[in-house]
Amino acid sequence: MSINLEDPKKFKPLIGQAHMVAEELLRPNSRKYDNFDHEYPVELDMLRALIDGMEEGAGQAAGATGVGQSDTMKQDDKDGNKNGTNLSTMLSVIEMCWGDCGLLLTMPGQGLGNSAIAAVANEEQLKRFKGKWAAMAITEPEAGSDSAAIRTTAVKDGDHYILNGEKIYVTSGERADLVVVWANVDPSAGRAGIKSFVVERSNPGMKLDRLEHKLGIRASDTAAFILQDCKVHKDNLLGDPEVRTDKGFGGVMQTFDNTRPLVAGMALGVARAALDETRTLLEEAGFTIDYDKPTAHQPGAVAEFLELESDWEAAKLLTMQAAWMADNRKPNSVQASMGKAKAGRCGTDITLRCVKLAGAVGYSENSLLEKWSRDSKILDIFEGTQQIQLLIIARQLLGKSSSELK
Amino acid sequence: MAETLTKKSENGVKKTPAEKGMGAGLRFLNNLASSSTIDKLKLRKSTEKVVYHGSKNGFKAVGAVGRTFASKSKQDKPARQPKVGGTGAFDLTPTDEQQMLVEAFGEFATNELLPIATEASNNCVTPSEVLKHSTELGVTMIGVPEELGGAVEQRSAVTSVLISEALAKGDLGLAVAVLAPAAVSTAIGLWGDADQQSTYLPEFVGEDVPAAALAVIEPKPLFDPFKLDTKATKNADGGYTLNGVKSLVPRAAEAELFVIAAELDGKPAMFIVESKAGGIGVTPEPAMGIRPAATATLSLENVALEAGSLLGGADPEVYAEMVRLSRIAWGAVTAGTGRAALDYVIPYVNERKAFGEPISHRQAVAFTVSNIAIELDGIRLATLRAAALADQGKDFARESAIVRQLTQKYGMEIGSNAVQMLGGHGYTQEYPVERWYRDLRAAGLMEGVLLV
Repeated sequence: MSINLEDPKKFKPLIGQAHMVAEELLRPNSRKYDNFDHEYPVELDMLRALIDGMEEGAGQAAGATGVGQSDTMKQDDKDGNKNGTNLSTMLSVIEMCWGDCGLLLTMPGQGLGNSAIAAVANEEQLKRFKGKWAAMAITEPEAGSDSAAIRTTAVKDGDHYILNGEKIYVTSGERADLVVVWANVDPSAGRAGIKSFVVERSNPGMKLDRLEHKLGIRASDTAAFILQDCKVHKDNLLGDPEVRTDKGFGGVMQTFDNTRPLVAGMALGVARAALDETRTLLEEAGFTIDYDKPTAHQPGAVAEFLELESDWEAAKLLTMQAAWMADNRKPNSVQASMGKAKAGRCGTDITLRCVKLAGAVGYSENSLLEKWSRDSKILDIFEGTQQIQLLIIARQLLGKSSSELK
Repeated sequence: MAETLTKKSENGVKKTPAEKGMGAGLRFLNNLASSSTIDKLKLRKSTEKVVYHGSKNGFKAVGAVGRTFASKSKQDKPARQPKVGGTGAFDLTPTDEQQMLVEAFGEFATNELLPIATEASNNCVTPSEVLKHSTELGVTMIGVPEELGGAVEQRSAVTSVLISEALAKGDLGLAVAVLAPAAVSTAIGLWGDADQQSTYLPEFVGEDVPAAALAVIEPKPLFDPFKLDTKATKNADGGYTLNGVKSLVPRAAEAELFVIAAELDGKPAMFIVESKAGGIGVTPEPAMGIRPAATATLSLENVALEAGSLLGGADPEVYAEMVRLSRIAWGAVTAGTGRAALDYVIPYVNERKAFGEPISHRQAVAFTVSNIAIELDGIRLATLRAAALADQGKDFARESAIVRQLTQKYGMEIGSNAVQMLGGHGYTQEYPVERWYRDLRAAGLMEGVLLV
């Protein structure tokens, strides 16, 4: 046992594989699917087969399915230190998003709904939904960050629930097999009534309304659904069907403690792509990056690069800390939000400033720098905005409730 | 139990690694218990203050009349401590030994540094009782190999980071005063040859540890530690002559030993300099912060050194390693003082009311607290990563540069935000945050002084 903050030795092969996939399969298709809004990247089907193989081989997930309750976590040390799937998944997400974040987001079988299922589904459900691609539908036109305010209802009707409402910003909503829908079974109970339901994409009660045209991550489809008398079997409710005022919503929110490090990992991947490219451009322009020499003695571009690289490092280490804590079953809500907040804001800061450093080369579509600075913005918004992360951190540090610190 | 373990080792009975770790940790705890935690510290006598303030206002004093350093034992080759292996797993858990040290030094910082910090800062002096107690705790033994009487089985930059952080949580300026001699013992432990180690290191593991300082920074804007104005020239007899000026040298007036950075043949190098070598002048140089460290300007005029005074064989890699380890150390104290600031700000903003409710109910305040926590943890993790790489014998140039960057940018920001959260209160000396503001500014610009 000793303090060590390197990428775990045993994950090196997985990280290497993910990087290779990113370099050989994602990056070459980056520009193509950025231009073809809403077109399914057929190359991904091959990738899905490849990743399934990788997961079986390495016992570790490259996408979002791995996080949460996992019994495959192995102990590294006799003293009980664990490096498990939260950390390995987050590290491979960095590599994949170094390749292309939009393509990772639309990776078949790797939706955020899969994380929710992995985190809270029972044995029977896990078996039934295995191998399916699950999207996540939380946000509504009138409820974004305030996810407790969702208006979609689920009314019990015999063995079924009848869902009614409207869902937007459903990543991979068009392409997924399943959609995990948040709905309230008892609006009078407030947030305690919020439950998640697995809805088959083919369910006639869930109609695709439209696909969004976006600033970035265009390879990934973002769907809006209308749920109209959508009939869902009660066995598709995830978690406890009872409305408990003491816990309930908190349990739903806990999923985020595991998934935030992944979204932070996405921001880290995109930002590192920009940093790597910028370093190459700077070196080609005759600049050398000297780590020992005081920045005041180095060219402004190099000094700025070092500043960006340092922020990236802080964000990565914060995120690794959060994932490591999840692997070791330590409460990590504050750390998960710290990683997400830092990685989210650094993601946009780094990618935008790399465009500036590269000038016309960075701004033109001839390089991917401009694309990465469009892609990165969503990562400071979804899975909890910057401001929501700061609220979560502050409430916990200050011991404040959501009614005190709004 | 400590006795049993000691006896065992004297009898040459092989201990398990766990027992060894436990033994070293217990040694510290024993030192802590037997020293004067209970004896309340009396502040430095006024006479001593007068001496300092007198000198502050004018004259330059010669260096302290130092002891005679002489080789105590014959070593064939310098003692070098093994690098840490590890499992290659990501882990943020300190070892039991590290945890014990953190607790011992943390208690010392809370009970003995924090309560006297304001007065020590105003008087530009660290009470001798505090310094004595810190050496009893073994602060200078951390970097000394065990075979030369050092405290821990393996020298560890991570352990030094954790101790520095714990001390600076009490007070950064006092931590610098306490840690200054440890920088010298660590430097000689890491890079000294057999003669240098046997001559100097025994003094740092004894009862009466000398004041000592690692002098790198010079009084010029945009100082670059790799381009030194202080010059060393080689003499015909194989010795060296030093000329130049060093700035912000901690406890220079009382220091008996220095490690001084000077350029030799166009490359930066380090020299071991005893204060009684002629030609050393000390002028008090009180600064914005870290005032308990009694910083001073060191002037070197034709200081004649023997051939054996060159430390690390003028190897540029050794010198670069020193600069990097020093920057990591400043990251560690920033993490400690930053934590003190966060811990102070949280109850303040919860208790302070404006417009009928605690100011922490406002996002502008609450988000500032969140951001202090985020950037503080970032500095801390980056510092630990760099130190762990150093312990593993891997390259850590990039990581130490990152520590430097984060310390520069966010250490100061944390200090500034802490004052801002207290508003007018924060600006007065009734509250400690204005001192942290001043001290944290040092962390991002200092070179040398501390070493992990």
